[in-house]
Amino acid sequence: MIIQFVINITLLAFMGAVAIAILKVRNLFAVTMLSGIYSFLAATVFVLLDAVDVAFTEAAVGAGVSTVLMLATLSLIGENREKVSTHTPILPLIVVTITGVALLYGVADMPAFADPEAPANKHVIPRYLEDSKEEIGVPNVVTSILASYRGYDTLGETGVIFTAGVAVMSLLGGTFWRRRRPREEEPSEGGEG
Amino acid sequence: MRHHRVLRVVSKFLIPFIMLFGLYVQFHGDFGPGGGFQAGVIFAAAIILYAIVFGLDHAIKVAPPRIVTKFVAIGLILYILVGVASMLLGGEFLNYSVLGSTQQGGQHLGIFLVELGVGITVAATITTIFYYFAGYRGLGDEGKE
Repeated sequence: MIIQFVINITLLAFMGAVAIAILKVRNLFAVTMLSGIYSFLAATVFVLLDAVDVAFTEAAVGAGVSTVLMLATLSLIGENREKVSTHTPILPLIVVTITGVALLYGVADMPAFADPEAPANKHVIPRYLEDSKEEIGVPNVVTSILASYRGYDTLGETGVIFTAGVAVMSLLGGTFWRRRRPREEEPSEGGEG
Repeated sequence: MRHHRVLRVVSKFLIPFIMLFGLYVQFHGDFGPGGGFQAGVIFAAAIILYAIVFGLDHAIKVAPPRIVTKFVAIGLILYILVGVASMLLGGEFLNYSVLGSTQQGGQHLGIFLVELGVGITVAATITTIFYYFAGYRGLGDEGKE
């Protein structure tokens, strides 16, 4: 128990340090790498919360793919320095402070972590946990909820991913083919692959 | 990155294992953590790693964009077809129980196919997004000429 507490505090301190570093650093390449580190720390926190599936996704998407996409974007815009803002930070500071205070006020009303009496754990979760073995027969209850009980939601999420792909294709597509087509015809025997 | 010999050798060694791990996460999702979404991302990461280390033009030969973009839709269609199939067999949309002779067998088959659909769509979409970002002006050596 005490060990987990120490690990949690250490991770939180690391995440805070990385967040401040992201704010301070002006080099966008460094910021991209720092946000990857932040994602890995978040994934570690999810492991501590016993949410391995979420940790998995966070490490793969947050730290892996989005870092690569950020780097690709950086190479597209060809700019490595963040522009210094000319606005005064007073209004954003007020907004952020009010939002933060409201969120902290809300946290006080939240049930304790993993409280079995919490409303979220009393609704349909007990039924899923008790009947999943009988009805679905899949050892991982997360999979049985995601793919079977909540099949509609997962279908919608797959649709969202599909839409994201189509959106990127329609936004960047024309340039991609115009540049690539003539290249494919010329014989490129560069590296040995 | 054509002259980074260590990077090339290490990634050439690692890419098959990354792909194998992606398949493991895909088909072992019923028993352990993971599932179609994570597997798709891992599988796409293997292709992206290949594209970064060996250049986009080589990756395009391995996984041609024309085929990859088709799979973006194929995964979603597979998912919907599972739902339609369960409707045709007398259940509700996405009620997998009617797909097999037993309820659990049907659920197993349904979850397997649905997760496969998610994995195909996610892997294809992430690869496609990377292709379009990188191919926009070139991320590898080719673009920096």
